[in-house]
Amino acid sequence: MNKLNINQDIVKSCRNYANIIADDVQDFIDKHTTVTVERTVLRLLGVDGVDDFSVPLPNRLVDDVVKNGDIGNGISVYIASALNATKLSLNEFIDKYLEDEVTLCDYNLVNRDETFAILKPYYEAHLSRIKKNKSDREKFLEKYPRDKTDIYVIVATGNIEEDVTQAVSAVEAGADIIAVIRSTGQSLLDYVPYGKTTEGFGGTFATQENFKIMRKALDKVGEEVGRYIYLVNYASGLCMPEIAAMGALERLDVLLNDSMYGIIFRDINMQRTFVDQYFSRLINAYSGIIINTGEDNYLTTSDAVEEAHTVTASQFINEAFAKKAKLPSRLMGLGHAFEINPDVENSFLLELAQAQMAREIFPDAPLKYMPPTKHINGNIFRAYQQNTMFNMVTTMTNQSIHLLGMMTEAIHTPYLSDRYLAIKNAKMIQNSMKSLGDEIEYKSNGLIQNRAKEVLNSAEKLLKQIAIDGMFNSLATGVFAQTKRPVNGGKGLAGVFEKSKNYINVVLEKMEESFNEN
Amino acid sequence: MKIKPYGDTINDGKVQLSFTLPISVSAKGIACAKEIAKDMGMIDPAVVNAESLSDNFSLYIVYGSVKAVVDMDKIHVEEITSKAMEREEIENLIKKEFDRNIIFVGASTGTDAHTVGIDAIMNMKGFAGHYGLERYQGIDAYNLGSQVLNEDFIKFAREKKADVLLISQTVTQKEVHLKNMIELVELLESEGLRDNIVLIAGGARITHELAKELGYDAGFGPGNFAEDVATFAINTLIDKKKR
Repeated sequence: MNKLNINQDIVKSCRNYANIIADDVQDFIDKHTTVTVERTVLRLLGVDGVDDFSVPLPNRLVDDVVKNGDIGNGISVYIASALNATKLSLNEFIDKYLEDEVTLCDYNLVNRDETFAILKPYYEAHLSRIKKNKSDREKFLEKYPRDKTDIYVIVATGNIEEDVTQAVSAVEAGADIIAVIRSTGQSLLDYVPYGKTTEGFGGTFATQENFKIMRKALDKVGEEVGRYIYLVNYASGLCMPEIAAMGALERLDVLLNDSMYGIIFRDINMQRTFVDQYFSRLINAYSGIIINTGEDNYLTTSDAVEEAHTVTASQFINEAFAKKAKLPSRLMGLGHAFEINPDVENSFLLELAQAQMAREIFPDAPLKYMPPTKHINGNIFRAYQQNTMFNMVTTMTNQSIHLLGMMTEAIHTPYLSDRYLAIKNAKMIQNSMKSLGDEIEYKSNGLIQNRAKEVLNSAEKLLKQIAIDGMFNSLATGVFAQTKRPVNGGKGLAGVFEKSKNYINVVLEKMEESFNEN
Repeated sequence: MKIKPYGDTINDGKVQLSFTLPISVSAKGIACAKEIAKDMGMIDPAVVNAESLSDNFSLYIVYGSVKAVVDMDKIHVEEITSKAMEREEIENLIKKEFDRNIIFVGASTGTDAHTVGIDAIMNMKGFAGHYGLERYQGIDAYNLGSQVLNEDFIKFAREKKADVLLISQTVTQKEVHLKNMIELVELLESEGLRDNIVLIAGGARITHELAKELGYDAGFGPGNFAEDVATFAINTLIDKKKR
């Protein structure tokens, strides 16, 4: 497919620069760990629950090692040493720990092989549960093959039970993917809340129990309608790998897991984010979860005509980081958006060029295409028209994950009928324009081809500059979304630690090992 | 002057309405929808479309007339009366009235993650062809982005000796934005800063009236641009100076 007459040498050059950028950062990643990485290890050993003050147990234990041990060794060796010295099982140890009958950091540390041997039953139990989820998903997908474009809608009531009602209704109306929007501010919590929740702001807390409740409901309605319904949640923030682990345990199918989103849009420290995104994506790769990236957000902050190349450049970078984390192309849901001001002349053509280009550069990626939001002004009738144009581009360019626009964008979180009307709009376009993309070619050196060329050339230039300056420096100068983030600024830096030479992470190493075997 | 909603004839009172009922679509559902419209005061409501949303929900589109009449002479609205100046006029006014730059600090505060509004007002590029405050000569604009705690916001404003604070609030579920906006005013008052600065709120659901009620100097809803905000802010600063 080369409708845009894209110069493949430039694409290659972009990939080359993106690899240089990712290599540089990966060096840093490999030398560091974070509190949430270590908490993730605990979760995948089976540590869950909260203490009497609602502090999650993974936080309790990791904070203990930060204070009384050396977290640079990793949590694994502390747990293994404690179990070894106390002769307790992990559950027994946790119970006694909470009663202050045993401590965590006061034992001779066991060696590497002993650590793996002692923890083996725990990590194996959870890794095999994840593998089972992966194969269950594969069976569903075999039973219910998917169309080329999935319809994605969000629910965001704050109450998981109400979310279920809305999600089931959306599935009955035709949705293929349900995303449960998180409560605002959750990304800035340095812990994952516990248990079922029925109150949130602008969304519902991402907790393992809420994941489980929604998974069960979607499997049920999915069987009724004869489709497998993808469940989506959001990892970005201070707990990326923990949420990935919980998602893997409860068979989420898609996770928002950008390599830079937290840095740019949540002012989370870049060192923290880069280390966290690697482990969380490795978990996604291991569990067959599609990642979604957040390039669409650049265009809500910056101008979508002038800054389109930053989206393309960032897609290449996200791809390069994803490869490092062993994600195959079919799990890379790179993001982009329909955000050009509709008053701009030929804006539809510019959108078409960008979407077609993304499709051609990343042919196997399940691209995530986001609807207009920035230039929606409260006129619901106009918004419905904008969404129709967006749906047309989606269908014409074979986007994979089609996030539906709501006519009540910027008014309220969607009502049930808003979502229904959005699905009907998308379905009508999908059906009535089904093969249009296959029928048309673009004029040689016409407006659409030239636009793609211009954006790709600018993306290459930008990637080259970032490769020269380095990722950390580039983010500090505001290369994406015109947002400047200092290397030592932002939230969560205190949770980044240099690995000691004896660092052990039983889960990460087992996962890396499994990829190297294959 | 008394007015009514207008369909195609003056005073016909025609309105459109759509809503969902938590029942499956049926003749009974249509009758229920009609009854609801009547209870709302609609005369001769016509359910022009009824659709099934899912097994347990149905959507109705209703047209009808309403008796409601309003005497517009008796309606009073809190409005920002100053007419927006052009960017150049604002820049010249600053030059004339102040021997220094005017400091604007803005953010989406609290848990609010939405920045489209504050970006549209502050960022260089602005919105829909209206340049943002960063572009203005004589204005130093600091946009702190999203999810900024009120305490951090005030600390930064103090450091920069801010003249004008811009608060963007979008998320409205459970009215969380109101609590956050009130808290900011209280913090500013307790630190003795409130009288010295111009405090402005903006957002999709913000009105001038609401902002005034909460103790802000002004509120800007959708359809306002950097020049609207800057005009109000600079004029208010000049008034403060004269006092």
